[in-house]
Amino acid sequence: MTGWQTLLYKEILRFWKVSFQTVAAPVLTAVLYLLIFGHVLESHVKVYDRVSYTAFLVPGLIMMSVLQNSFANSSSSLIQSKIMGNLVFLLLTPLSHWSWFFAYVGSSVARGLVVGGGVFLVTAWFTDLSFAAPGWIFIFALLGSALLGSLGLIAGLWAEKFDQLAAFQNFVIMPMTFLSGVFYSIHSLPAFWQGVSHLNPFFYMIDGFRYGFFGVSDVSPWLSLGIVGSALLLVAAVAVHLLRTGYKIRG
Amino acid sequence: MPAISFQSVSKTYPSSRGPKGSTFAALDGVSFDIEEGEFFGLLGPNGAGKTTLISILAGLNRASAGKVTVLGSDVQADYTQARRKLGVVPQELVFDPFFNVREALRIQSGYFGVKNNEAWIDELLDSLGLADKANANMRQLSGGMKRRMLVALALVHKPPVIVLDEPTAGVDVELRQTLWQFIAKLNKQGHTVLLTTHYLEEAEALCSRIAMLKAGKVVALSATSELLKAASSHVLRLKIDGELPADLAAQARVTGRIVQFPAHDARQIESFLAAVREAGLIVDDVEITKADLEDVFIEVMGRKESSMGITQ
Repeated sequence: MTGWQTLLYKEILRFWKVSFQTVAAPVLTAVLYLLIFGHVLESHVKVYDRVSYTAFLVPGLIMMSVLQNSFANSSSSLIQSKIMGNLVFLLLTPLSHWSWFFAYVGSSVARGLVVGGGVFLVTAWFTDLSFAAPGWIFIFALLGSALLGSLGLIAGLWAEKFDQLAAFQNFVIMPMTFLSGVFYSIHSLPAFWQGVSHLNPFFYMIDGFRYGFFGVSDVSPWLSLGIVGSALLLVAAVAVHLLRTGYKIRG
Repeated sequence: MPAISFQSVSKTYPSSRGPKGSTFAALDGVSFDIEEGEFFGLLGPNGAGKTTLISILAGLNRASAGKVTVLGSDVQADYTQARRKLGVVPQELVFDPFFNVREALRIQSGYFGVKNNEAWIDELLDSLGLADKANANMRQLSGGMKRRMLVALALVHKPPVIVLDEPTAGVDVELRQTLWQFIAKLNKQGHTVLLTTHYLEEAEALCSRIAMLKAGKVVALSATSELLKAASSHVLRLKIDGELPADLAAQARVTGRIVQFPAHDARQIESFLAAVREAGLIVDDVEITKADLEDVFIEVMGRKESSMGITQ
C-alpha cells in the first residue's frame, strides 16, 4: 500500500472497530424514524401518485444517514486526533495534502455507503421499493457522501473542541438535512418555503437520490447533479486549500 | 552535506503582552549545522526555543524567516524528502487508542510507503522491550511503555536522522539505559542523532557536540569537551550550618545547606574556604569535584551576553 492508501485503510479500520456506534446506531435511528413517521403519516400524506408515504420516506432516510455519517466520520476522526494529540504521527509523515484529502474523504464515503447500505437492508423489510434508475442512486450516494466528508474535513480542522463540532452538526448539518425534503416533498410547502428549499444543496442530494428509486422527483436529476457536483468541487477546493496551508494543524 | 542545517531561523509570534502589533521572538536568527553521524545535544532552559526549533525542523511549525534542511532537502519546499529522512520522537506522550502496538507500527510504516517492514518492526519491538506488548492496545501501556512506543514509531521508516525531544522525561532508570543503548547503537551505525534533554549528565555522556539556546538565541556551540574546559574546571562543594553573606551567595549555587563555588584553580578554592570561615560559618563537609555540564550550563545561562565557545 502507498502512503495515502494506508491512511485510507487506517481511517476505515478506525470506524469499523467501533462499528456498533458508527454503523449499527445510525441504522437503528433511521429505522425508528421510519416506524414512527411511517406509522403516523402513512394514511395522511400522499406525495407522488403511485408511491406510498413509507416508500417515499425510505430513500430520504437512507440518504440522510449517508450524509450525516459521512460528515461525522471525517470530522470526529480529525477532532479526536487533534485533542488526543496523535495527529502528530500524521503530521510528521511525507503525506501530501492530496493524500490527506483522498484518505479522509474516501473513508467518509465508505462509512456513508456502509451505513446507507445498512439502512437500506433493514428498511427494505417494511416496504416495496422500486429501482427506476439505479445509476442515479449510486451517483448521488457517492457525490453526497464525498461532499459531506469534505465538509466534515473542514469542520474537523476548524473546530478546537468537541462542542464546536457539535454546534456545527446541530445548527448547520441537522437543519439542512431535515429541511431538505427527507420527510416531505417540497411541493407541499408554501411558495416562499419552496423557494428557500431550492437554496439548500441538501435538497438536491435527496431529490436526485430519490429519483433513482421512483423515476419521479421535484426537479430534474440533471439539475441536481449539476448543483451537487458544483457544491462538491467548491467544498473540496476549500478543504484541500486548508490542508495545503496547514490551517490550525501546523503552526 | 550536513545532516541538519539551520540557517538564520527566526520565529516570531504576536505578543500577548505589550502594545498591539508587537511581537515576541521565540527564535532569533538561529544558525548551526549538525554533521552526518554526530550525536548532538540541544540544551536550554524551558522557553528557550528548543521545541520550536525542532517543530520547524519536523514541519509541525513554520519559520518566520530562515531555512532548514535535512540532508540537503528543504523542510518546506521539499518536505516529502525531508520527512522521509527524519524520525522525530515528540515530547508529548501521545498515542492512538484505536490500535495495538503492532498495528500502529505497521500503519506508521505505511504512511512512509515502506512495505514488508515486519523484520524491522520485530527488531524495534525487541530492542525497546516491547515484544511482549505487540498485541496490547496502546491504552493499556504504562507511561514508560508509551514513551518507548514513540521511539519505535519515529524509527519505523529507518530514518538516517533521528530527533529526540526530551525522550527521558519522567522515565525510569532501566528504560533510560535500554533506550540509550539502542540509540547509541544506531548512532554507531551512522544515524545522526539530535537530542534535547533536561538531564545534563545524559547530554554530557552521549553528545559529542552541544548547542545551548537561551531566549531564542544560540549562546554556546562547541564540542562537549571544549565546553567543559572553557568553564571553571572545578567545583567546591560545602555543607554549611548557616546562611552565606550576600556577596558570597552571589558567586555560589545554593541548595539549602549545600553551596557550590565554581573555581578555576587551587588558590580560588582556598580563598572561598577562607571567606566562609571569616563569615563565621561552620563547614560540615567539603568536596572538590570536576565541573560538569550542569556547571557550564549555569555559567552560560547566568551570563547577560555571551559568545562563549562559539567556534564553528
